[in-house]
Amino acid sequence: MYSKSMEPRIVGTAVPRKEAAAKVTGTAQYVDDVSLPGMLHGVTVRSGHPRALIRHIHFGDGIPWHEFTIVTARDIPGRNIVTLIFDDQPFLADGEINHPEEPVLLLAHENKDMVRRARQHVFIDYDPLPAIFDIDEALQAKTIIWGEDNVFKRYCIEKGDVDAVWSQADFIVEGEYSTEAQEQLYIEPQGMLATWDPETGITVRGSMQCPFYVQKALMPLFNLPAEKVRVIQQETGGAFGGKEEYPSMIAGHAALLAWKSGRPVKMIYDREEDMAATTKRHPSRTRHRTAVSRDGRLLAMDIEFIIDGGAYATLSSVVLSRGTIHAAGPYRCDNIRVRSTAVATNTPPHGAFRGFGAPQSLFAIERHMNKVARTLGLTPEEFRRRNFLRQGDSTATGQLIKQPLDLARLQQRALQLAGYADKLERFSRLNREGTRKKGIGFSTFMHGAGFTGSGERHLQSVVHLEARADGTVCVLSSMTEMGQGTNTILAQIAAEALGTSYEQVQVLRPDTAQVPNSGPTVASRTAMVIGRLVQSAALSLKEKLLQAALLQPGYTPEQFQSACREYICSIGPLKTSAQYEEPPGVHWDDEKYRGEAYGAFSWAVHVAEVTVDTVTGEIQLDDFVALQEVGRVLNPVLARGQIEGGVAQAIGYALYEKVVWRDGGMANNQMTNYIMPTAMDLPPIRVYFEEIPYEHGAMGAKGIGELPMDGPAPAILNAVENALGISFCHIPLLPEDVLSELSVAREAALDLAGSVV
Amino acid sequence: MAECSVSFTVNGRIQSVTVPPMKRLLDVLREDLNLTGTKEGCGEGECGACAVLLNDELVNSCLVPVRDASGARICTIEGVPAAGQLHRLQQAFIEAGAAQCGICTPGMIMAGLQLLSRCPHPTLEEIREGLSGNLCRCTGYMRIFEAIQNVAQSSE
Ligand code: FES
Ligand code: FES
Repeated sequence: MYSKSMEPRIVGTAVPRKEAAAKVTGTAQYVDDVSLPGMLHGVTVRSGHPRALIRHIHFGDGIPWHEFTIVTARDIPGRNIVTLIFDDQPFLADGEINHPEEPVLLLAHENKDMVRRARQHVFIDYDPLPAIFDIDEALQAKTIIWGEDNVFKRYCIEKGDVDAVWSQADFIVEGEYSTEAQEQLYIEPQGMLATWDPETGITVRGSMQCPFYVQKALMPLFNLPAEKVRVIQQETGGAFGGKEEYPSMIAGHAALLAWKSGRPVKMIYDREEDMAATTKRHPSRTRHRTAVSRDGRLLAMDIEFIIDGGAYATLSSVVLSRGTIHAAGPYRCDNIRVRSTAVATNTPPHGAFRGFGAPQSLFAIERHMNKVARTLGLTPEEFRRRNFLRQGDSTATGQLIKQPLDLARLQQRALQLAGYADKLERFSRLNREGTRKKGIGFSTFMHGAGFTGSGERHLQSVVHLEARADGTVCVLSSMTEMGQGTNTILAQIAAEALGTSYEQVQVLRPDTAQVPNSGPTVASRTAMVIGRLVQSAALSLKEKLLQAALLQPGYTPEQFQSACREYICSIGPLKTSAQYEEPPGVHWDDEKYRGEAYGAFSWAVHVAEVTVDTVTGEIQLDDFVALQEVGRVLNPVLARGQIEGGVAQAIGYALYEKVVWRDGGMANNQMTNYIMPTAMDLPPIRVYFEEIPYEHGAMGAKGIGELPMDGPAPAILNAVENALGISFCHIPLLPEDVLSELSVAREAALDLAGSVV
Repeated sequence: MAECSVSFTVNGRIQSVTVPPMKRLLDVLREDLNLTGTKEGCGEGECGACAVLLNDELVNSCLVPVRDASGARICTIEGVPAAGQLHRLQQAFIEAGAAQCGICTPGMIMAGLQLLSRCPHPTLEEIREGLSGNLCRCTGYMRIFEAIQNVAQSSE
């Protein structure tokens, strides 16, 4: 635990990123930078059909097929299932197709161009089956594509008695909100390099978040024990959730080709394939029905939240869970019901993406709160102020807020930093004239850190620390670095707790043959949960040195290093480990969905300022303030960068990034027509922190990675509403959407004028 | 496909390769010369991860057929440090936290160098403009702007 009496030397300072030098010199090794002798290049032949039965596969003329390694479902030595939560998704289609990017066949050849060309000459005949493409079609269940009713998962949270309240409400406000898919668009496309050796088994190295997920998926595929499936993470060029589950698929494919050919096989997706075939953020639809009293108190919130999971279950149940728990936002209300459903459609499976269901449901609540405020005749800030959760209140799942929490103050500070009151007044004056309208809006929200409910207890994460003979200490965990700063913060925490220097701590690259399973690198858990384990392991390592009388309290980093050396020389290996233990007082009921959903929440207020051009429909962001309470900030530069990057990604989600679907496939799977923000598009992103150390987090830290994805979209649409007086309920909000609503509004105004005359 | 022999200077050294004339400069650098610091993000000229300097101009090497580089002077990220020392822009990237996942970083640094060489004291607008062909999904660009501004200021 971080205590005030111990002034931290390293935690809280902007030490440079561990792997920074390798990254700025271009020497960091991403998977495509690695080549092995005799290596083949692998590609995937995909279905191209949303739903069908495979009748026949034939190989076209003009390709020397005998030079190729070819793998179909029939070749698979073990189970043809990508192990995750439900056993429904095959590595290679076996007779049946459920989405247009379903892998059917694998090819490998030593010439990269040749194998790409050959892919075009594999022809598959199908018997088409009826397919469904959206939430409504899935729920209507006229065509059943998954299970009995196209439903992957349902949840229901009930707090109090919503139905008893409607008759007493002064106002009942309803709203419907929807969000579309979003592509993670990490700049490094997915890729794997696999080797096979009859003695040692399979080794894959590649771009990934969760080496042990990959290992777990490959073991049954080959009927091999864990020690014969080795998974090594290469430097990973961004992930954002997109490399949580799909790497298991590519690793399986590359490994099958390596196993069949006996040669190393590299499989790197090009951008188009990556965008079309890998997972994206779940599209969603949320309906709110809210009862409020005349004095602006929330009496009841009835919420229906539905997400489109695509063709296979993958992580949809977990994404749904997080979206469900966050659906009621940071508000106190005695009567809450959230009913949620994840449905199946014939599109590639949707999956993890920073925020994991929460950006969708928080978009809805944060737009809806403005609508309720407007109905009541209150400002959005005053309405929120009257309803914020405070210390001692309970959330939708009945989780007691134990930490100090003052959202009213956080809101006030953020609005002040943004110059909100002034701007509101000024914009309303300015907007009377001209075609460029200015607006300001905000959102208030939270994000739970770590796995939901009993998840962390089930994971039983382990971390090792090992001192080397040269006095350096190595952190061994399965936490991956993908740009978010794992290596750096874990080293900071270890160095701080050990009393050594940051430079003397190394963080080992995750390799299942060398590191313990610390769970997946997801869910904003690295700093809070795993950092905490690093801290405990460090404290026990230090304790060993103190007990061996090799160190005296008040030692210097140099003394620490020589103590390590001496211990190893005279006593033996110096190694400690720590395993997750649940903090006291955590109860979670998986059936009723009640209890402590998360160890801790981070809280934030984001304020967006926009100019809307009513001629072109374009929305320009002029300023963005992001204020958050994330516990102790371990590294101010990294933390700031993570917030800025998350806000940028969320601005894309709100205003630019639209996936165009055609028959279940992504039609605009290129960077030329799927548009993410460039350096020209972003406003200044002004980042501020409040730090309230969380006693069970590493040195007081809570989660930070996903939080900034949650708030910008509703803040921006609230600002657009302020500018135009038009309420948009759908993202992405593109210029054409703005123009079409403006013309509707203009016609309505003309009609009104006509009827007055 | 008939191969042809192409010579150019890369990071101050004369190089000759015998490859298909339409082979992308990006692939020649990565595969034939083993200079893997230049990255591929899109292969279609959109992301700038493959940016290099060709006769001091910033180009996306995924769009350049190698025969068009014949006789050219090429600088890649591997040629940026001088005498084993990091360039001050690289140092500034480290200090400002401008590299997160790092995959866009080599291209960003090439774009930043090119900008600073033609405009040693760029305004924020000029920086935005100068980097507009380089996509970064991690940083939101703010740390990168700061790194470039810091270099520009320190050279006053
Ligand atoms: S790889 Fe050349 S611009 Fe993207
Ligand atoms: S640092 Fe990851 S894309 Fe720029």
